[in-house]
Amino acid sequence: MGIVEIEGLGKSFEPGSYALKDISFSLSRGQILGILGPNGAGKTTLIHLVLGLILPTEGSIRVFGKVLSPRTRTDILKRMNFASNYVFLPQTLTLWENLMVYAIMYEVREPARKCAAALRMFGLYDKRHKRAKTLSSGQMMRLCLSKAMINDPEVLLLDEPTSGLDPEIARRTRRLLVELSREKGLSVMYTSHNLWEMQEVSDRVLFLDGGKALLEGPSAELIGRYDVKNLEELFFKVLGNG
Amino acid sequence: MRPRHIAALCLRQIYLYRRSLTRLLETFYWPTMDLLLWGFVTLYLQRSSHGRMPLFVSYFIGALILWDVLFRAEQGISVSFLEDMWSRNLINVFVAPVTVTEYLSSLMVISAIKVIAAFAVTSSLGWLLYSFSIFKLGIYLLPLVLNLVAMGWTIGILTTALILRYGLEAEILAWALAFLFLPFSAVFYPVRILPRALRTVAMFIPASHAFEGMRSVISSGVFPPAEFAYAAGLNILYILLSVWFFMRVYKKALISGIIPKIGE
Repeated sequence: MGIVEIEGLGKSFEPGSYALKDISFSLSRGQILGILGPNGAGKTTLIHLVLGLILPTEGSIRVFGKVLSPRTRTDILKRMNFASNYVFLPQTLTLWENLMVYAIMYEVREPARKCAAALRMFGLYDKRHKRAKTLSSGQMMRLCLSKAMINDPEVLLLDEPTSGLDPEIARRTRRLLVELSREKGLSVMYTSHNLWEMQEVSDRVLFLDGGKALLEGPSAELIGRYDVKNLEELFFKVLGNG
Repeated sequence: MRPRHIAALCLRQIYLYRRSLTRLLETFYWPTMDLLLWGFVTLYLQRSSHGRMPLFVSYFIGALILWDVLFRAEQGISVSFLEDMWSRNLINVFVAPVTVTEYLSSLMVISAIKVIAAFAVTSSLGWLLYSFSIFKLGIYLLPLVLNLVAMGWTIGILTTALILRYGLEAEILAWALAFLFLPFSAVFYPVRILPRALRTVAMFIPASHAFEGMRSVISSGVFPPAEFAYAAGLNILYILLSVWFFMRVYKKALISGIIPKIGE
């Protein structure tokens, strides 16, 4: 049984059109699922649905064996976390203050120790007393990733987490995700337009286009099945541009 | 409801005000300017009337200080919500294990802290500049302030719900909506001055009963329990309705997907 189970999920914002339609997949403990697709494919909408930020029009989302609903949402969210390239943390606060607020919000034990560890994880500990507004956009993303690690989540949802990072930090982040999934059983769902990165990190990929799941499965298996060299070639082949 | 969640949300706002001089000034700047401007105008009018309006200064300065209580209570809710939108932090808050009730409660706590801070400044200024002590209202000050804070919360929750519904284009309401009630709240003049139709409107506004009560206590030292009971009854009803409206808007926001749109 998966830690996240999606069954027949659909979301419509306007009558007659679907942002997502009939999506089903399962994410196991310690697995990394890469969600790929062109702009407007429904990747971010899927992340928002799993976070309970929007309600599905049809289908169900089960996380940790519980159906995600407004009633079960807080219990589920306690064991998850999220970071996005489009969502920031308050810039007037210092890095330390930002993380302390979320450490308390997530009821983390020994919040000071956790904040220090999370900042060290992304190379920001030395800047802990600086205000977040002094950070570059890449450093802000690292701060958001630190926040996402504050509660030792079992499920991590990331929306384009490495898009603003320099190559070195992006590589460290990828390695960290793989390490945490292998060693601590962290399950990750993440979106990215970097198909090389996705191939390196993901155990499985979900290919969305126009709100529909075109492909879903282990990256290596899909590459073999479509007789292509890598995910990038697969991307263009599936979209009919290759 | 978990107090730690509320504490964390309040801590975020306290850090913000501790670190932002402009926000801190904004809390004290406008009430101070109001008190200076209208206080001196009132003083001038009273002196020009050659003692025919002996309580004019007390009425006016008292009204200014107490209107600010309502306005700060409202802003404590709506501007605190806007802070999360402006900093693009709203989604982080809404995907944390925090319930909507906890979130609203934290806004109320922050609002109460802001009211206490602003009240300390305005009441001190009233005493220093015009020898007017708001504390001469004695024990009756408490039900007065509580009623005004409650009405401020109602307007704040209503404003926040409208911002959640219509996005940042509705943010002007955080400053404007409270003033919609000002002419009918009998802040600076008694309800009897209003035309008959507006007197009926004023009857349904808790602040009008609070300010009538304030004038009664200043002029005769008589506490009108009926006015306060009426205001309290209306406030309880309106707060419940505003929370219900917020919850309804929030549920609709989960369906329409507006939270990610206004939060990013």
